[in-house]
Amino acid sequence: MTDSKTFSPLDLDTPEKPYLDANELVINMGPQHPATHGVLRVILRLDGEKVLGLECVIGYLHRGVEKIAENRTYTMFNPYVDRMDYVAAVSNGLGYCEAVEKLLNVEAPPRAQYIRVILTELNRIASHQLWLGTHALDIGAITPLFYTFRDREEILKIFEKYCGARLTTHAFRIGGLQYETYNGFEQDVKNFISFFKPKIDEYEELLTTNRIWLERTKGVGVISGKDCIALGVTGPVLRASGVKWDIRKAQPYANYKNFEFEIPTGASGDTYDRYMVRMIEMRQSVRILEQAVAGIPEGPIMAKVPKVMKPPVGEVYHSIEAPKGELGYFIVSDGSTQPYRVRVRPPSFVNLQALDLMCRGQLVADVIAVIGTLDIVLGEVDR
Amino acid sequence: MAPVATPFFFYMLSGIMLLGGIVVITRKNAVHSALALIVTLLAQAALYLMLYAPFVAGVQIILYAGGIMVLFLFVIMLISIERSQKERQFNKQWLVGIAAAAALGGLFIAVYTKGKSLFPEGQLTYAEAGNTQAVADLLYGPHSGMYMFAFEIASLLLLVAIIGAVVMAKKRI
Amino acid sequence: MQELLNYISSYLSSDQTPGGAGNFLWALIYILLVFAGLSVAVIAMNWLERKILAHMQVRLGPMRVGPHGLLQPFADALKLLLKEDIMPDEADKLIFWVAPFIVTLAAFTVFVVVPFGPTHAITDMNIGILFMLGVSSLSVLGIVMAGWASNSHYPLIGALRSSAQMVSYEVAMGLAVVSAILMTSLNQQGTGTLSMIGIVEAQQAQGTWFVFKLFPLGLIAFFIFAVAMVAETNRAPFDLPEAESELTAGFHTEYSGFRWSLFFLAEYSAMIAVSSIAVTLWMGGWLRPFPNALSGSTWNLVFSLFPGITFLFLAGMCFYSTARMPKHPYFRIQTAGLAIFGALLALIALVLFIPAVRVRIQDIYWFCIKVAAFMYLYIWYRGTFPRYRFDQLMKVGWKILLPMGLGVLILTAFFGLWSTTHTNLWHP
Repeated sequence: MTDSKTFSPLDLDTPEKPYLDANELVINMGPQHPATHGVLRVILRLDGEKVLGLECVIGYLHRGVEKIAENRTYTMFNPYVDRMDYVAAVSNGLGYCEAVEKLLNVEAPPRAQYIRVILTELNRIASHQLWLGTHALDIGAITPLFYTFRDREEILKIFEKYCGARLTTHAFRIGGLQYETYNGFEQDVKNFISFFKPKIDEYEELLTTNRIWLERTKGVGVISGKDCIALGVTGPVLRASGVKWDIRKAQPYANYKNFEFEIPTGASGDTYDRYMVRMIEMRQSVRILEQAVAGIPEGPIMAKVPKVMKPPVGEVYHSIEAPKGELGYFIVSDGSTQPYRVRVRPPSFVNLQALDLMCRGQLVADVIAVIGTLDIVLGEVDR
Repeated sequence: MAPVATPFFFYMLSGIMLLGGIVVITRKNAVHSALALIVTLLAQAALYLMLYAPFVAGVQIILYAGGIMVLFLFVIMLISIERSQKERQFNKQWLVGIAAAAALGGLFIAVYTKGKSLFPEGQLTYAEAGNTQAVADLLYGPHSGMYMFAFEIASLLLLVAIIGAVVMAKKRI
Repeated sequence: MQELLNYISSYLSSDQTPGGAGNFLWALIYILLVFAGLSVAVIAMNWLERKILAHMQVRLGPMRVGPHGLLQPFADALKLLLKEDIMPDEADKLIFWVAPFIVTLAAFTVFVVVPFGPTHAITDMNIGILFMLGVSSLSVLGIVMAGWASNSHYPLIGALRSSAQMVSYEVAMGLAVVSAILMTSLNQQGTGTLSMIGIVEAQQAQGTWFVFKLFPLGLIAFFIFAVAMVAETNRAPFDLPEAESELTAGFHTEYSGFRWSLFFLAEYSAMIAVSSIAVTLWMGGWLRPFPNALSGSTWNLVFSLFPGITFLFLAGMCFYSTARMPKHPYFRIQTAGLAIFGALLALIALVLFIPAVRVRIQDIYWFCIKVAAFMYLYIWYRGTFPRYRFDQLMKVGWKILLPMGLGVLILTAFFGLWSTTHTNLWHP
């Protein structure tokens, strides 16, 4: 399992080998399946309930986002990125805006940076909440879903008040922000912090020490740090395998270097560790929020950016730590108003590659748990 | 409670049993055979009830219909039906089969005609109430526990069979 | 004519169940009453589960059909009956057709021996508990047949899971039941009973519910049964056969409309059935709390008021909700409906306060309220626990519950014998 060299793709063309009198089962999970988080199709080969191998079939939600970028100006493409990882739209926007800013060689003013961090961290919490709810639902605990959705609503309310949209926010602009904060924004965030802190304990009370939860998650979908790096897996999945890699610390962007926070890591790289890492990450996000909301400086929210953006010829790669992992944008400029090529490195897509490795030798029920713990969003996988 | 329409029920249940038995051996689909066998076993349990042996009937339902047949189905369900449909169902040794059946039938008739003294005349009346207690008394009772030894030997045999099954099924113990 | 009247009234003066008295007419009436009551209970359970679960999950649950969604079960039933009945093309037609009926039949038949009171059972069998376990174990067959006949992978896996699960938990369940039956023999004669009524009478005679008998042995046996019965009925956290997130709907994935509703009906009546077994075996069946310690006419009167008070409380809740209904004209009919429903409940409460009714309804009330407590537990489990994985489920069944059941059985036998020979040790 841990040696990545033993990993070979599933051969679906060879005839099924009989086992006693029972054949191996090949079943299709998805694209219409309640636990594949959208339209992921997984072809499972089973021996009884044991998974011999699986193959992901993707592309059911492909919209050609990267190609669309080539026919849009830099500003016009900005809202499109929100539609990739639609549960963490703010992070997507942040990554894109910062990448173009890097290309243009401008920097957003400090006040804009602070507000960006606040909104991004709020979005991280919202994304983790959605992950927790659906992941617990997949494992059979239905109640956490409603708790997390109740609390996620508070975050969405702040988004709605700030920019009018709840999900695909399009909150940031290249060079800063379009909107000043509304009256009482800071108070709303502070209220949310004090509201949300006990709620994490509430989630943990339901799950963290629940015997069934422990049995369902401990030792399930184990992946080593080495395999993670070999497959390019990032985010909480990588950290749960013991690799201390968080782009907010490793290559600080926005103004994350001004904030104090810890990077949680796990030891065994199983589903429970990933659960714990994300739970602690939520607490750390609250910590960042507290510092950020206390220190919002006064000043402009928009840097000087030309009306018609024509970045100099060149290319740039910029990545941020999205809730699901490293979200990177590689943009090539030919000097015109439209990018020559945009390539997105989506964390969900890359993390999904580890599914086969993590599921081999496990049971069908574990596949569900592992898909949940990878925290994929099909909009981002297929783009 | 006085019995009602005993001959009717006896012949009905026997008919169901025979029919079920025939279906068991004539169906090509193993699952259908198993289900017919369950019908047979249930009819047999009903016959036990008619003999005022509710305990045996209950055990018959729990063990055979509810337990063993479920395990049967469990295995049969995984067999590919397409393949078993193509396979030949009966072997061709008609002569041996007829001879064996005739011998068995002859034995039955011989026992019935010659050994009339073995079968008690008249009807036995069993108390409906206290049947379970009567069974228990025969098995373990302090005064009439005459089947105690046989029961324990049967238990031992079953235990050996269980261990044997585990040993055979498991590659590594 | 006179004979017929005699036939009808003769049962009323007898002190037996209709089956025991051999009175077919009354047996038929009892059957109809039990099945009508069961259907009402399933309908009520459907509504309550959705409501209680919703309130556990910060939701409101059904609110649209009738006041507080009270008519929702009827709307659902209507919808299911009107739905197209789909049968997969490659399905094994006969088995697909017959499977839901087997499950429903098995789930309903067990109620023949459930004792709602000393005479309130359709019949009392010498092998009562054995009959219940046996017939309810037949429902596995229906599930296996449904899964196999659908000719599809997900239902097949669901059927495999449920057959394995039900067969293995039956073992632990049986052992727990046997240790309770052993306790019925702890009397002067030293003879026990399998009859459901006899088991409750034994608890009455021994002056304690079997949960508290030979403490903590009775409690452990009860615990084993309580776990096994959840697994037997395929409910959370053991709801793997119909694990929604893994197998979509398990063995009944391919079923729709009326046939599906039969599975639903069977599942809920099976839940009620196993809860009745638990109540009969360990919780004193129809006995009211403390029949011996708090005896006397005053206490009898106090406890006989409980049924009326319960309904009065429900009526009060209805009236409270009526007062809280929005005053908008749009809700006029709903408000009136809720008030009428409350008035109906209050009327029932008043009827239950009539002394003649009060005394006769008691047994049934205490039995139903205990079963209702178990049904609430079912809902609570579902709201709280994640789902076990299949191998873990088997581990719990075979490696924890089975040895525990065996141990409890042996210890019960040992201490039971001890307590009858050394009476002073356990019952000074």
